[in-house]
Amino acid sequence: MFDKLLDFVPSIPIAEKTEVVTDWLTSTFSFLFDPLKEHFGNFMEFTTNALLAVPPVIIIVIVALLAFFITGKKLGLAVFSIVGLWLIYNQGFWEHLISTFTLVLIASVLSVVIGVPVGILMSKSKIAEAIITPILDFMQTMPAFVYLIPAVAFFGIGMVPGIFASLIFATPPTVRFTNLGIRQVSQELVEASEAFGSTGSQKLFKVELPMAKATIMAGINQTVMLALSMVVIASMIGAPGLGREVLSSLQRAQVGTGFVAGIGIVILAIIIDRFTQHVNTKNN
Amino acid sequence: MPVIEVKNLSKVFGRNTRQTLKLLDEGLSKSEILEQTGNTVGVNRASFSVDAGEIFVIMGLSGSGKSTLIRLVNRLIEPTEGNIYIDGDDLSKMDKKSLRKVRREKLSMVFQKFALFPHRTILENAEYGLEIQNVPKEERQKKAKDALEMVGLGGYLHQAPGQLSGGMQQRVGLARALANDPEVLLMDEAFSALDPLIRKEMQDELIDLQASMKKTILFITHDLDEALRLGDRIALMKDGSIVQIGTPEEILVKPANDYVEKFVEDVDRSKILTAQHIMKRPETVNIDRHGPRVALERMRAEGISSILVVDSQRNLKGYVTADDALDARNQDIRDLNEILKTDIIRVNKDKAMNDIFNIIHDSTTPVAVVEDEKLLGIIVRGAVIAGLAGEGEVNLDV
Repeated sequence: MFDKLLDFVPSIPIAEKTEVVTDWLTSTFSFLFDPLKEHFGNFMEFTTNALLAVPPVIIIVIVALLAFFITGKKLGLAVFSIVGLWLIYNQGFWEHLISTFTLVLIASVLSVVIGVPVGILMSKSKIAEAIITPILDFMQTMPAFVYLIPAVAFFGIGMVPGIFASLIFATPPTVRFTNLGIRQVSQELVEASEAFGSTGSQKLFKVELPMAKATIMAGINQTVMLALSMVVIASMIGAPGLGREVLSSLQRAQVGTGFVAGIGIVILAIIIDRFTQHVNTKNN
Repeated sequence: MPVIEVKNLSKVFGRNTRQTLKLLDEGLSKSEILEQTGNTVGVNRASFSVDAGEIFVIMGLSGSGKSTLIRLVNRLIEPTEGNIYIDGDDLSKMDKKSLRKVRREKLSMVFQKFALFPHRTILENAEYGLEIQNVPKEERQKKAKDALEMVGLGGYLHQAPGQLSGGMQQRVGLARALANDPEVLLMDEAFSALDPLIRKEMQDELIDLQASMKKTILFITHDLDEALRLGDRIALMKDGSIVQIGTPEEILVKPANDYVEKFVEDVDRSKILTAQHIMKRPETVNIDRHGPRVALERMRAEGISSILVVDSQRNLKGYVTADDALDARNQDIRDLNEILKTDIIRVNKDKAMNDIFNIIHDSTTPVAVVEDEKLLGIIVRGAVIAGLAGEGEVNLDV
């Protein structure tokens, strides 16, 4: 009898409606999605090819040198970079590495370009904060695989939908940390800036953003890491790179190859993480 | 014409603030309003004016609304009601652009916790006010350097604020405020975060600077001593209202009500502490029973060079010195009356410490504290200083 209480309305067709909406979006905005996919795809291919045109040795040396200087002339990260990148090369995953890196790079840059201004908006407006916060929660808690579905619908398969899915998944930390960083700037400093007659943008660029920089950088670090993890998942919809190797090993139960590709991702993750962290501490 | 004129300025924090003002008119107190409406009265109908070149001090305990009031003057906080005239222009009615212009050209602020920008060097901090007005780099650097020079920090241009001591940081804060040559300086508890010695130094320096620059200064403090040192006139605040405005003299001599009187009375410990608070238990000999030998023995045991002499009723008779007692013993004199000295300074136990300070300064012997004729204790020079210093700065927030 009680069961009937719950059945007072028939099942709401959320799934069906979502599909209708997505279909509608796809067909209505195909004029937007299609060229976006094409140009963006070309751009990414170009970037990947450009990086691949550089001999691996040179890239490894450049990364090692950067690591050396960015860590304050310590050898640790530099040595790790040389050994790690060489190992990836040695295992024949260099091309995949470059593809993955391109995806991470572009997804991260886009995340930051979108995330920082949104974060600033949130910090300036309570209404914006109230609206955006639940959206961010949604974006971060929805299983990452789910984003692959509309990504495919909009952009087909390949690199571009991979970027799209990473963007949704990886942008929230930058937004949150930018908001947090600006809100954490001490009230007295904001007052000082205002008391001398700063305009809103002077206050933002001369006081708030410089003061929030460390926090924002921590958010960006998170974003880059999430982008990397998403890029691996995105291999399911045809994004190239190390993730695809992991996926195909999984499908064929090749433990060895899967392990090696996994190690490659770990090495890349460590290098990127240390790089973004050190850029942060160096600036302090 | 006054440089700053504040008329009926009020600030209520919360909702329906206008209605809250009506409740104030009906005579409800700050706490009653908080209970009824949940709103906090920051400032309640404050009116005052500050003339050119005057240091006007606003003093009150924490929570009295003084920090809100100073932020209303440059509209860092929007007033609920009332007017602020700077050189006759009503700041409360200005649009953002005109307000910025006034802030840039006429008003500068110095903050309690310095509020220096940690990511900028000392010079860049001092430049800030000019930088946002787009003054060319060379010109603004020159002005900023001059200002830093003026506060004695010409040699620290490229340090980070964190590398400087508190006193030096506040000098930077002052230089930053002076660099764009404003008419008005708003100083919000500017010296309160500094330790007492540095605070005095900064007060003196502000007075020196003021002698040459003749700014109009609105100075907030919770410290009456500071208010008395700096203020040409003082306004006392309580619960958001101004209780009395007057010269330091008037505030001290003619307190407007009990609150002010209590405030003024509590201020200086040297005025509250009396002889009995700082006296020590004296070493004595009884003239009726003891002779020079006992006196000498006591002095030797205590390591002192003179000892007070009382009778059996503890009435103070005088004192004897070790030299005299030694002579007396050698000459076999038994009576202390023979060598008794009576030129000892006596003070009543209720004598204020302030006055004792002057007395003991001229005295080579300890000062005796008496009630009627009875000896209660002695005061040595060190005790007065310890009494003054030991209580430290009188902080009215305590």
